[in-house]
Amino acid sequence: MSGTNTSHSPQHHTSTIGAIGAPSRRNTELALLAFAVVIPVFAYANVGLALNDSVPPGLLSYGLGLGLLAGIGHLVVRKFAPYADPLMLPLATLLNGLGLVVIWRLDQSKRLSNYAEAAPRQLLYSAMGVALLAVVVIFLKDHRVLQRYTYISMAGALFLLILPLVPGLGANIYGAKIWIKIPGLGTLQPGEFAKIALAVFFAGYLMVKRDALALASRRFMGLYLPRGRDLGPILVVWVISILILVFETDLGTSLLFFGMFVIMLYVATERTSWIVFGLLMSAVGAVGVASFEPHIQTRVQAWLDPMREFELSRAGVQDGVVHSEQAMQALWAFGSGGTLGTGLGQGNSDLIGFAANSDFILATFGEELGLAGVMAILLLYGLIIERGVRTALAARDPFGKLLAIGLSGAFGLQVFVVAGGVMGLIPLTGMTLPFVAYGGSSVIANWALIGILLRISDTARRPAPAPAANPDAEMTQVVRPS
Amino acid sequence: MSELTLTVMRLGFLAVLWLFVIVAVQVIRSDLFGTRVTQRGSRREAGRQQQAARQAPPQQRQQSGGGRRGRNAPTKLVVTEGTLTGTTVALQGQTITLGRAHDSTIVLDDDYASSRHARIYPDRDGQWIVEDLGSTNGTYLDRNRLTTPTPIALGAPIRIGKTVIELRK
Repeated sequence: MSGTNTSHSPQHHTSTIGAIGAPSRRNTELALLAFAVVIPVFAYANVGLALNDSVPPGLLSYGLGLGLLAGIGHLVVRKFAPYADPLMLPLATLLNGLGLVVIWRLDQSKRLSNYAEAAPRQLLYSAMGVALLAVVVIFLKDHRVLQRYTYISMAGALFLLILPLVPGLGANIYGAKIWIKIPGLGTLQPGEFAKIALAVFFAGYLMVKRDALALASRRFMGLYLPRGRDLGPILVVWVISILILVFETDLGTSLLFFGMFVIMLYVATERTSWIVFGLLMSAVGAVGVASFEPHIQTRVQAWLDPMREFELSRAGVQDGVVHSEQAMQALWAFGSGGTLGTGLGQGNSDLIGFAANSDFILATFGEELGLAGVMAILLLYGLIIERGVRTALAARDPFGKLLAIGLSGAFGLQVFVVAGGVMGLIPLTGMTLPFVAYGGSSVIANWALIGILLRISDTARRPAPAPAANPDAEMTQVVRPS
Repeated sequence: MSELTLTVMRLGFLAVLWLFVIVAVQVIRSDLFGTRVTQRGSRREAGRQQQAARQAPPQQRQQSGGGRRGRNAPTKLVVTEGTLTGTTVALQGQTITLGRAHDSTIVLDDDYASSRHARIYPDRDGQWIVEDLGSTNGTYLDRNRLTTPTPIALGAPIRIGKTVIELRK
């Protein structure tokens, strides 16, 4: 078509204004992916040189492994979602790769030598995650299909959330009951998968109900107050998150689900009052539960006065609750990192001990890469969230919009809850930093989340089909001389 | 490993990490696209026009070169009646097709025009010829219905359905 340049020109006297179709940007994605694989390989070599004065022997296989994962992800996206966002895959790959390096670096630490090697397992989990991403992108041809499973997703999410409470199946690990034990396979955090199912449910539900929730309201002091009965859904979700908090004693999961619902409610209805209600309700819930739940109280204590916790733990005080020096160690790690960090492999963040490579992995980044590195990591997360929100803006169907905003909102909340907890901004909860922290459920579920976002963005950025009107098909009228 | 090497690697790694962030932001920046003004017509045609617009300058020159062929050679085709009144098409030696089909050079929005109604092309001497392509309602030059390809005089009205075009200098 474009070759026929000889015929052109001002044969039309009117103009139309239309959106410019986005190019597919797959080659940009490939270039960024190559960059995103090279950075962790550099980090890996850096750790090896710092620790053992030699390039680590696993460098080639590690680089090839990560490159293979990135390549598979890229090829699947190129084939099945050609217009998908070009940034999500490279950003997720880079975070996953950096996580693998730091987990491997902590594996090398002599202080942590009594814990099992985590990096090979994490690489396996990453492979499973990318495989799940491929499955999502290949088999989910259209995200609107998920709309049909609105209530099944709700049932599924509740089932997943209740699983850890089933006697014999649930595992209480250091106070939080958010794991289930699968004999022979290890533990699984069903909450990570419930996150995606709940986003599907909320999107499907709010798409249908949003008019009632947005319009039927009275104005009072600049806020739209919803009718009493419209408060039903938010109350139900609130009660469920309180129940999670009480029975699973996990502030993070509870905050994540309630926060995700409030974000989606706000986006669906454009009413600021829901945010006000949401903040009030979560504050009431958190304070209420903290008043009687000892595990939460300990966490709040450790947040308010980490030094005291540290000393209690050092002194070996046995008063029925677990005292941990981790929070203080994490703060010291951040502090000793300073602006530019100590350099990869040269920090002492392994003093955190247990969970140094999962919940507290950000502290290692803080110590070894410093403020500059942590800022870059947080920006990478910010960019993923930005792409998710951008996808929601570009999506043409309300379900896709809500689902994209829900998934990226949940992702953002999770990063905030973990990073804020490790840095001492909010009480610490047992959540994992997406893609970076060691943990199979988290890595796999977040790759699936990226897969769904890629699918929505592919649909959103795909050029609109040409108008169907075909003048050739119309009959020519015959002039009848009268 | 010397202290210096490790320091260089440490700072280098941070620089590379930030470089990635900056590159990613650049990709986002180039991803911000607004609207584009296109000539009326189908999407495919719009794409072709955009291509053509890029090639326009050399063709303009070619056109002025073509104008030297003879003092009375027409340089443009003007629509004088019908919905496209006022439209002009530069004549550059290419065949111009007229009809309702959206791949025509001039797409006629005219119930009395056929999909492929007529074409106007130069013969070997540069004389412009109009030929009816078996249209339902016929093509008229002046007041005569065309039966064979006919040379067009300057300013002679060619009627296709409700549309009238003529060649001008």
